[in-house]
Amino acid sequence: MIQKSVQKNVVISIRNLNKKFGNHQVLEGFNLDLYEDESLVIMGKSGTGKSVMLKCLIGLERFDQGSISVMGRNMEKLSSEDLSYIRSEVGFLFQGSALYDSMTVRENLEFPLRRHKIKFGHIKNTTPLIQEALESVGLQHTLDLMPDELSGGMKRRVALARTLILRPKIILYDEPTTGLDPITSKEIVFLIKSVQQKFQTSSIIITHDVDSARHLADRMILLINGKNYAEGTFDELDHSDDPRIMAFFKS
Amino acid sequence: MNYDKRSLLSGIKAFIAETGDMAYFAGRFFREVFKRPFEFKEFLRQCYNIGNRSFLLVGITGFIIGLVFTLQSRPKMVELGADAWIPSMIALAIIREIGPLFTALISAGRIGSAIGAELGSMRVTEQIDAMEVSGTNPFKYLVVTRILASTLMIPVLVILSNFLALYGSFLVEYLKGEVSFRFYFDEVFRAVKYTDLIPSTIKTFFFGFAIGLVGCYNGYYCKHGTAGVGIAANTAVVKTSLMLFIIDFVVALITDILFLS
Ligand SMILES: Nc1ncnc2c1ncn2[C@@H]1O[C@H](COP(=O)(O)OP(=O)(O)O)[C@@H](O)[C@H]1O
Ligand SMILES: [Mg+2]
Repeated sequence: MIQKSVQKNVVISIRNLNKKFGNHQVLEGFNLDLYEDESLVIMGKSGTGKSVMLKCLIGLERFDQGSISVMGRNMEKLSSEDLSYIRSEVGFLFQGSALYDSMTVRENLEFPLRRHKIKFGHIKNTTPLIQEALESVGLQHTLDLMPDELSGGMKRRVALARTLILRPKIILYDEPTTGLDPITSKEIVFLIKSVQQKFQTSSIIITHDVDSARHLADRMILLINGKNYAEGTFDELDHSDDPRIMAFFKS
Repeated sequence: MNYDKRSLLSGIKAFIAETGDMAYFAGRFFREVFKRPFEFKEFLRQCYNIGNRSFLLVGITGFIIGLVFTLQSRPKMVELGADAWIPSMIALAIIREIGPLFTALISAGRIGSAIGAELGSMRVTEQIDAMEVSGTNPFKYLVVTRILASTLMIPVLVILSNFLALYGSFLVEYLKGEVSFRFYFDEVFRAVKYTDLIPSTIKTFFFGFAIGLVGCYNGYYCKHGTAGVGIAANTAVVKTSLMLFIIDFVVALITDILFLS
């Protein structure tokens, strides 16, 4: 694993990230490197700032201190073109899927396609791309359904298709299996794996679920008190005798 | 006593802070409304939604208000020998005050709360964030279109409400006083001057703007959690209603100074 890390390029790098809401210090000296093609899993208790960290990465949230570099671009001084470029290359799978509930599945997928002109320019016929994205998550038949006609697992799949349609090089997954039953969770985990292989994406995956971590992690970071508490492969952390690490792995 | 004072003070402070935030929000609207791209499709969809959600309610209440208002004032007017004044009196009351204010209050309940709940739930479920990463300015797409639609559609709804209120009033006059349609509306148009129409029409645009603004503000900055969505919808209605009365009062004052005294 370390071998792989040394050879590959760093695509995302976070140094000493600090973020406060009012008096509440959420992130305090958080560091992260994501390598090309790597699948990095981050675990941490609820409310420890995992989502906030992902949002800083993609410019949805400002940060107080530290530096973030995404695909060689510094997130602090970013022109709007660069921000737009990063957002077309870095997909974000939101925690509750975040499908637009006033739009059909087709319109949901069309939305980024029509608006991220930077990537594909103006597309006359979006249907083939939409079909293809839906096929890659196994949901061709949902094209004209509304989000509230879909199950939780199907929503995640459609949301993933909406992310994939722009062919991002990196995908950020915010708790992709939270709120799903164990079987559906497993399906989503295997879907993520197949997406990683098929589209050659690097991933940051936030999860609470030890099983998902086991299947998905090339490397893991445990986030405690706003900073990296431990880092390593799944097996390394799983065999740790530190009680604070063990607390994550006991089921 | 002490406690009361402090909570009153902090209440006033919070009110001022919020008024400032809302003014900033309104300022952002004016900055972004002229920037490209103009989200025309979403704007039309919002106009349709507003019209579709409210026209029946606004129409029916307008009709009933005109009817009841005439029924109740008629006996006294007849007693005073002033039945001939009924159409012009009712028309002025409806066009200058009752039509715009009632329509706006009903729309605040219907449209303001719907906008608050819709944007609130989009905020909480991260749909607004998803829009932003999809190369779209959510403020332009969601807020600007809704405030514009509400600013333009409330006046339309007021016109609808006014006509139906006058028609309701006419029906009473027709049935009780055997007044013809022709006579009734001749009287109405004779009574209503531009100095009545212009301020009350301008007022309706302000009403529409206030309804859209407060609904969007509460939804867009909805605090996390699904409970926040209900609160966003509810506070939108309360605040908008208060704001409508204040606008109404200010417009009445200005009109009085400019035209009447
Ligand atoms: N916009 C915000 N305003 C204030 N506090 C926030 C905001 N967003 C997140 N927080 C707080 O920051 C902390 C971390 O949130 P989050 O990153 O969502 O946690 P999680 O690790 O579960 O994803 C929480 O305590 C949350 O209440
Ligand atoms: Mg989270």
